[in-house]
Amino acid sequence: MSCGPSKDNGGVTQIVGIRGLTRVSNEKAGTITTAEPTIEEETRSEEELDVPWQVVVHNDPVNLMSYVTMVFQRVFGYPREKAERHMLEVHHKGRSILWSGMRERAELYVQQLHGYLLLATLEKAC
Amino acid sequence: MEIRRRNDQIELSELDPFLAELLRQIPTSADPSGVPAAEQRLFSPPTTGKQTDMCAEWKMYVEPELRRLFQTATETVAADLEQLNSNEKRFANRALRIPCKHADAWLSALNQARLVIAAKNNFTENELNDHLRSPIGSRRDLSLFQVNFYGFLQEFILREMDG
Repeated sequence: MSCGPSKDNGGVTQIVGIRGLTRVSNEKAGTITTAEPTIEEETRSEEELDVPWQVVVHNDPVNLMSYVTMVFQRVFGYPREKAERHMLEVHHKGRSILWSGMRERAELYVQQLHGYLLLATLEKAC
Repeated sequence: MEIRRRNDQIELSELDPFLAELLRQIPTSADPSGVPAAEQRLFSPPTTGKQTDMCAEWKMYVEPELRRLFQTATETVAADLEQLNSNEKRFANRALRIPCKHADAWLSALNQARLVIAAKNNFTENELNDHLRSPIGSRRDLSLFQVNFYGFLQEFILREMDG
């Protein structure tokens, strides 16, 4: 889903846009000079991109508790006790953070949870 | 109705015509078409924030995969339900045998159906938890019964898979 940025000298450089060809004309001389395209770059710090992402599951009155527990066990490989703890947190507090880490992995988890029809979202950790 | 595990099958026997009809309705009940609330519930956004780019990508790349996944499950269930369409007497009790290898498809289709029916009827949490509700007296009561009946089947399948 997300395109991984290219790394450059410890910082992270992303191409955020390419300006079109610049045409410079000199009518007197009758020449047209075409400048090279300019690549706009933006450097973000490693820390900004490494901010952990959280996989959050939200309460849903329809999904059965036993079903939600089974899904947590399957998707995250959690033992039953841990899966039940998270399920009860979702039930009583309305949400539970199931996992946090890199964005791509978090996206994959959310996709899997949606495949099981759970209400799950991806959030940047504060 | 009786429900039991028999070798590698889950067997529903003594199905009266009413319950058999509710089972037949699983694939159509799972279809969210034309009900925005149901569509939104089955294909919920991946963020709660304002990350519109991520939501747009999700709609483009992930949602079609999810649609295929859900459709495959309902098709498997629809094929199993063909057993209920035999040429026996119309009002006779029926039996349905679900291969255990189809358990995941059944869990998914039952869940889709429950979510779509709940979204269509806008059931509250109190209604969904009210298991002592009076007998069916309206279309809404029937839908609630359907949600609970499908939930009962899910519970049984989950227990059998666990054990």
